[in-house]
Amino acid sequence: MKAAVVVFPGSNCDRDLAVAFEQAGCDVSMVWHKDSALPEGIDIVGVPGGFSYGDYLRCGAIAAQSPICQAVVDHANRGGYAIGVCNGFQILTETGVLPGALLRNAGLKYICRTVDLEIATADSVFTDGYSAGDVIGVPIAHHDGNYYADAETVAALQDQDRVAFRYVDNPNGSVADIAGILSENRRVLGMMPHPERAADAGHGGTDGVAVFRALAGLVTAA
Amino acid sequence: MKARVHVMLKNGVLDPQGEAVRHALGAMGFDKVDGVRQGKVIDLDLADDATEADVTAMCEKLLANTVIESFSVEMQG
Repeated sequence: MKAAVVVFPGSNCDRDLAVAFEQAGCDVSMVWHKDSALPEGIDIVGVPGGFSYGDYLRCGAIAAQSPICQAVVDHANRGGYAIGVCNGFQILTETGVLPGALLRNAGLKYICRTVDLEIATADSVFTDGYSAGDVIGVPIAHHDGNYYADAETVAALQDQDRVAFRYVDNPNGSVADIAGILSENRRVLGMMPHPERAADAGHGGTDGVAVFRALAGLVTAA
Repeated sequence: MKARVHVMLKNGVLDPQGEAVRHALGAMGFDKVDGVRQGKVIDLDLADDATEADVTAMCEKLLANTVIESFSVEMQG
């Protein structure tokens, strides 16, 4: 299983994401934002958390226009796997790979703590290590994590079982308590909480490990 | 050629910053304010042959996220 982690100016969870992939058995390459292609044979792309390009204009907006993002979009469009965490989720919505947008937290405060997440569906390569209804503890650290989509989009996400994670006690105002969503082909996951920060006992919890462990079993290259 | 772009959250999208400003105004005794929306103004210095269509394209591709934001363009000669 070959993984690539994209590094933007301002990424700060890139190494954490790479370590989580490595611990799951993936062979990981780091890819610079100015590169215009992913390395050969990449199975999954990780878009990490942080503050790409200083979050200027909107979170993820400028990163979404970077050369590497076109390669990530092409990878996703041909059925490749991808995971975007936090700022990476914002970037994937800005590129249009995932629907919706992330707004300022309803309470206007930056929130950094571990929250309870309910597994809304186990029907994806990212969540099949859990059972639907399981509750896991995963850290969040964001100022703009308030997931928004219009009513029609939210209904489609729910009807197609594409909500991956829900907040048990919604910390940021996200519509329908949505913490993470899947693409239509279920191969792209975007989530605001940080599973890579709950992937080692030294982190205070390992509830995020299963998100990465299931990926290591994949062999299908896009 | 200059253009001024106004970017606002769409109606119906919660604007927590605007709400905070509204609360502050109320607390200061300005009780005639029913709502506040806070947006962005982006001024562009453009080449002489730039058109409103160019600026609209910039808004749609980068300056506004049309999932949550509306925009208007004012060309200023």
